[in-house]
Amino acid sequence: MAKVLLEDWKEQYRDERIERMSRDEMSALQSERLVKQVKNVYEHVSFYKKKMDDLGVEPGDIKGIEDITKLPFTTKEDLRNNYPFGLLAVPKEKITRVQGTSGTTGKLTLASYTNKDVEVWGECVARGLTMAGLTAEDRLHICYGYGLFTGGLGLDFGARALGAMAIPMSSGNTKRQLMCMEDFGATAFACTPSYAMYLAEAAQEMGVIDRLQVKTSINGAEPWTDEMRKQIEDIFNINTFDIYGLCEITGPGVAMDCIHHKGLHVCEDHFYPEVLNPADHTPCADGETGELVFTTLSKEGMPLLRYRTKDLTSIDHSTCECGRTLPRIQKFTGRTDDMKVIRGVNVFPTQVETALLSMGGQVAPHYMLIVDRENNLDVLTVMVEVTEEYFSDEIRKMEALRERVGAVLKQALGVAVKVKLVEPKTIERSEGKAKRVIDNRNL
Amino acid sequence: MSISYTVQQLSVFLENRAGRLDDVLKVLSEGGVNIVALSLADTADYGMLRMIVSDPHKGRVVLKEAGITAMLTDVIAFRVAHATGSLSKAMHQLVEGEINIEYMYAFANGIDAAAVLKSDEPGRVVDILTGCGFTVYSADEAYSANV
Repeated sequence: MAKVLLEDWKEQYRDERIERMSRDEMSALQSERLVKQVKNVYEHVSFYKKKMDDLGVEPGDIKGIEDITKLPFTTKEDLRNNYPFGLLAVPKEKITRVQGTSGTTGKLTLASYTNKDVEVWGECVARGLTMAGLTAEDRLHICYGYGLFTGGLGLDFGARALGAMAIPMSSGNTKRQLMCMEDFGATAFACTPSYAMYLAEAAQEMGVIDRLQVKTSINGAEPWTDEMRKQIEDIFNINTFDIYGLCEITGPGVAMDCIHHKGLHVCEDHFYPEVLNPADHTPCADGETGELVFTTLSKEGMPLLRYRTKDLTSIDHSTCECGRTLPRIQKFTGRTDDMKVIRGVNVFPTQVETALLSMGGQVAPHYMLIVDRENNLDVLTVMVEVTEEYFSDEIRKMEALRERVGAVLKQALGVAVKVKLVEPKTIERSEGKAKRVIDNRNL
Repeated sequence: MSISYTVQQLSVFLENRAGRLDDVLKVLSEGGVNIVALSLADTADYGMLRMIVSDPHKGRVVLKEAGITAMLTDVIAFRVAHATGSLSKAMHQLVEGEINIEYMYAFANGIDAAAVLKSDEPGRVVDILTGCGFTVYSADEAYSANV
């Protein structure tokens, strides 16, 4: 219960040599690792040998990191086609762990790790936890799900690497979460931002906020807005940090933001980031938005070349105020997957969140977008929860509220929306990744 | 002790979902809260359930415990004789007094009927109605009407 102000913040580094390495030294390190990795996958993964042969690229053509653009891409589709173990670069007996994502369209995406891969993963998360001000003395309450999903175990591996206490709560049972948070004296917690909001509401209702010792929360796995960050920070009186990752690359810990919140620092010594123009896949300049693409430079189990994440962001290679030279990717505007084109306008769920939070508590920042096609026209319906304070038994007032929400959303999205008011606390609070969009169109 | 003429109505926002009204009524029934009168207004997306109940505070608490948001709203209830034109007479007086009525509903009991109305000037409504001979329910009378 003590948010640290920026001017009182003491920056600490887990691996100062890497995290503050000069660009030249980092490029040299990445070049060395890439050359080795390309040779490795060409020799051990038939999928990559074929892809490179088709493009007419040989391992010998890759002399340094600047040659990365000559390499083939890997897509989620490729992972599905080679499910479950088709992309391994080591014999299966060297794999000591698998993790996955629940594929929303059928088969899940499976990632395989060697012991060393898990070690690197934990180390990267530990860098992030250190960036968030945690030390071996902290107690980290983890309410990400434990299981195939990388959230719970990823944070757990990070806490272990740091020497902090991991409290493996997994998700669900909010009352019990808060009870344990209080009883065990957790100093930090990790969960999705939408679940952090839910915990905040529940903690207020139960009146336990003042008895909690938390000072930090780590919230990632779904896009969130600065407004939501502010709400979580204000309610708990804590500092919050964004963490990013995907199981194909390793899980959480691929990137994490520092106290300056000016983008998430990528562990580029292990995961080389490119931002590419979505139309022609040419590299974007720093500051330009494009699709984030990763190459795993040190991975043993399932190394990936130029994996297309479908996340949209921009990158900044300048040195951060925190002292780190690790490049920063901007908070996500969304995934190319989540983005909906409504009557020709690009709409991201996060824009809805920002707009609702700007209404000063008249509605809760929980929402669901439903896209339908009626008479060949896209219709976007936004389900919004009425807050108890603004609930009125007069339909006139409720309709006025509905119109205000509609006007704010139209302004923010640039497209007219139907607003459907729903009862407080009825939109599902996610314990993993929040599902924000239902698209009923047959596109 | 002065008598309160403002009756607390229990209002519930209901999404148009199958079984939602049933949920509310079941919770009230299990909580031992009797419904004296009710009105259900509907829009395309949601409904507004307004009720006079035996114990509005308790009604609100049991609903909240069941995760249903309810609020208490001040309304006026007055007796209307079973005679053609009685309600018209009351309404005429309120219009003369430039009272704005948000909504109204009625319920019958054995001897006569009662009308429940919501206005942003409840005090003046009570004055006008009693001034022209209508009997306004006290809160306690309203909660136990029809019992």
